[in-house]
Amino acid sequence: MSVKLTSRQVGDVTVIDAAGRITLGEGASAFRDYIRDLAAKGKKKLLLNLSEVSYIDSSGIGEMVSGFTTVTNNGGQLKLIGLSKRVKDLLQITKLYTVFEAFDDETEAVRSFS
Amino acid sequence: MPLVRGSPCYISYSHSSALLYRQKRRNMEKFQTLLESKLQSVDKAEELVMSEAGKAGFDEDDQHQIGMAVRECMVNAVVHGNRYSSNKRVHLDIERSEKGLTVVVGDEGEGFDLSALPDPLAPENLLRQSGRGLLLIRAFMDEFDLHPRPGGGTEVRLVKNLAAV
Repeated sequence: MSVKLTSRQVGDVTVIDAAGRITLGEGASAFRDYIRDLAAKGKKKLLLNLSEVSYIDSSGIGEMVSGFTTVTNNGGQLKLIGLSKRVKDLLQITKLYTVFEAFDDETEAVRSFS
Repeated sequence: MPLVRGSPCYISYSHSSALLYRQKRRNMEKFQTLLESKLQSVDKAEELVMSEAGKAGFDEDDQHQIGMAVRECMVNAVVHGNRYSSNKRVHLDIERSEKGLTVVVGDEGEGFDLSALPDPLAPENLLRQSGRGLLLIRAFMDEFDLHPRPGGGTEVRLVKNLAAV
């Protein structure tokens, strides 16, 4: 299964619910297009929910970083919730925990957007 | 200890790969597979290796890490080494023993200089989109060795040891 992406509004925050695999090929490119599309629509407060994501490889991590850069360059913010232990390990190994702001709780994450 | 050879060379078991040879001895099994330079081969190699890791006795987390390390090697071989060429194959060797698992992934590309790769952990590189594959491979495996492949290309050797009981 490739990645499935849906979004919902919580106040002025757009929560992106991702499910499946974000890996080289279909998964990573679908993810990239989805984030770029939201940024192009002027969405500036994006919260990426990874709780249903079963697998991310280095290409998927690359697309997350690319999405972060796209949103930030657009004057917005991209934050994370729902990190599994495996995804936390990946962010630790790659030092990307210093780049991404991550939360355990959605309400707290939504409140954190300025 | 008698060596039992399995099926003879080139027993094709799918459209995209061929089993070259299989050797079995007590507590050791070794086989080599040729895979096409396609992204589907990445998934196939990962599945094969994870299955062997499970048979070797690795737990689920270790299987995941081994599978991911092999996935990253396969992506390098298919995308950067063989550049998706239909004339080139990826050589996958898997050896399972009571000590653990050894996997060798070889491509038929032009080779590359490991020292020329930027450090993905340097602050100026943290936001680069690519370049983290080898970092993950090294983090997940006990041994990592990259060298020119005899006959051309690059060969990566990965070892994961079973924890001593």
